Amino acid sequence: MGWAIALHGGAGVPLSMPPENRLPREAGLRHCLDVGIAALKSHMHALDVVELVVRELENFPHFNAGKGSVLNTLGTVEMEASIMDGKTKKCGAVSGLTTVVNPISLARLVMDKTPHIYLAFHGAEAFAREQGVETADPTHFITPENIERLQQAKEANRVQIDYTQPMPREAKKNAAIANGDSQTGTVGCVAVDSEGNLASATSTGGLVNKMVGRIGDSPIIGAGTYANHLCAVSATGRGEAILRGTVARDVAALMEFKGLSLKEAAAYPVDQAPPGTVGLVAVSSTGEVTMPFNTPGMFRACATEDGYSEISIWDSPIKVSN
Amino acid sequence: MGGWAIAVHGGAGVDPNLPKERQEEAKRLLRRCLDIGISALHSNIPAIDVVELVVRELETDPLFNSGRGSVLTENGTVEMEASIMDGPKRRCGAVSGLTTVKNPISLARLVMDKSPHSYLAFSGAEEFAEKQGVELVDNEYFITENNVAMLKLAKEANSIVFDYRIPAPGTVGCVVVDKEGRCAAATSTGGLMNKMRGRIGDSPLIGCGTYACELCGVSCTGEGEAIIRSTLAREVAAVMEYKGLNLHEAVDFVIRNRLDEGKAGLISVSKKGEVACGFNTTGMFRGCATEDGFMELGIW
Repeated sequence: MGWAIALHGGAGVPLSMPPENRLPREAGLRHCLDVGIAALKSHMHALDVVELVVRELENFPHFNAGKGSVLNTLGTVEMEASIMDGKTKKCGAVSGLTTVVNPISLARLVMDKTPHIYLAFHGAEAFAREQGVETADPTHFITPENIERLQQAKEANRVQIDYTQPMPREAKKNAAIANGDSQTGTVGCVAVDSEGNLASATSTGGLVNKMVGRIGDSPIIGAGTYANHLCAVSATGRGEAILRGTVARDVAALMEFKGLSLKEAAAYPVDQAPPGTVGLVAVSSTGEVTMPFNTPGMFRACATEDGYSEISIWDSPIKVSN
Repeated sequence: MGGWAIAVHGGAGVDPNLPKERQEEAKRLLRRCLDIGISALHSNIPAIDVVELVVRELETDPLFNSGRGSVLTENGTVEMEASIMDGPKRRCGAVSGLTTVKNPISLARLVMDKSPHSYLAFSGAEEFAEKQGVELVDNEYFITENNVAMLKLAKEANSIVFDYRIPAPGTVGCVVVDKEGRCAAATSTGGLMNKMRGRIGDSPLIGCGTYACELCGVSCTGEGEAIIRSTLAREVAAVMEYKGLNLHEAVDFVIRNRLDEGKAGLISVSKKGEVACGFNTTGMFRGCATEDGFMELGIW
């Protein structure tokens, strides 16, 4: 029992990364985990915790959300996010954002301040202005690395999901496993607080070189994000696979209908999905954590109230404390 | 058991004082759509094509809230959305924010078949529509006098209309299992009367308004927010898959237990050729038929 938190910076990490790519992301995971732990220790509600942590992940330019979002085929950013409160099952989602600095916070406002669940594109941007959230020029979100990735994707004439670096030979092999596509980044956070409240939040820039107007799994309740009284889940990977697999909902459904443990329930949709397409983080109402993935790696971190914490990219944790 | 089955709906939540002529009109349209679907099934057309065909018919007729006859946004314009899912491989396609595409469900189908993605929206979806050469019309084409009047009422009452006392037409959908046991589902809508621009409901969300897999096909209608929160369409399939319930038990379970204070309805078919409808609203426009000759049209 007790609080627990898990967060991710995207599945779709190749088998190895040079230090200049790896180290800043490790630092980002560490920073965001610390923010989440401090919030939970100060008895912040799970819903506020996940929003806070995802805001941090969005602001961090090395993950594919908020600033640092990958670019669509026109070279612009279209961001989306969703958030869900496990206790009330209230949810909020946004898509097609181009100027909102923190998409997850706008999703939260849709949930709290409108009679709707999901606002997108011009309607969402107009709502953002009405609400006075922080906005920036669209160029604020664009990083040189992402311009580079788009360039490579166009040259290879593909929609690129492995956004972390140019396709080295090993990544090409992984990509071959996944039908010529490698995996995506997205960010997400799930938490259970000391009252047992569960919440989930997911945010992303989507797929490199995606068509304008393409919506992935991250803003879709039941696919990229889900929370109820049993667990909270945030998924990452190939959006189309996560959508068809209703991944986040299925974890909770397996716990509820088949009585599986969190770990078993989370492993199942990941195992069922085509190799190299899905990863997720999940926590249960009893303070358990699991972070399965079927890609070569997933940026992730977690901590539980008993003092355990972990930051990992591949199979073995980089840093574990007890 | 076995054989084809089809169900169609024209929305959950019906004004109990709906005039007789309107009721008859609705039943005639549902019957016509069922007949189109049945005829296609007799010609061995696959489930995925049948659901698209039937929903196109529902979109084209201005009676229900989809395509022509869609309810209006707060700005008095139409923004349509739809989704389609093919059970065998769970392929899916969805669209939102359409303003000129005559048949949204067909664009959703093209997203599924002709794009690398599953969901396209707003200007990106409209661009894709143009490139695919689908039929495009002015936004005015979709707007009916009825809906203009209803928007006025809604603004006066200052409400988003999901209240049968201000009668608003509903979403449309179709689910089919063909002779080969393949299930498919399709849903299409104009959304909520007086909705905020850019508002997306449950109809284009896979797992919420629409779902199909090896076991069944489901299309939902009603309060979008309630359907999303309960991932209603997926729920039917999940209790069949994970709890071993049959179609009727699953629909019953889901309507009874998953909606809380929300109001919604759904139609579904199973790969065994069964058909089941359920709703906790006052009425749902629906029709269903199975290969053994069973046919039923209903409102209450």
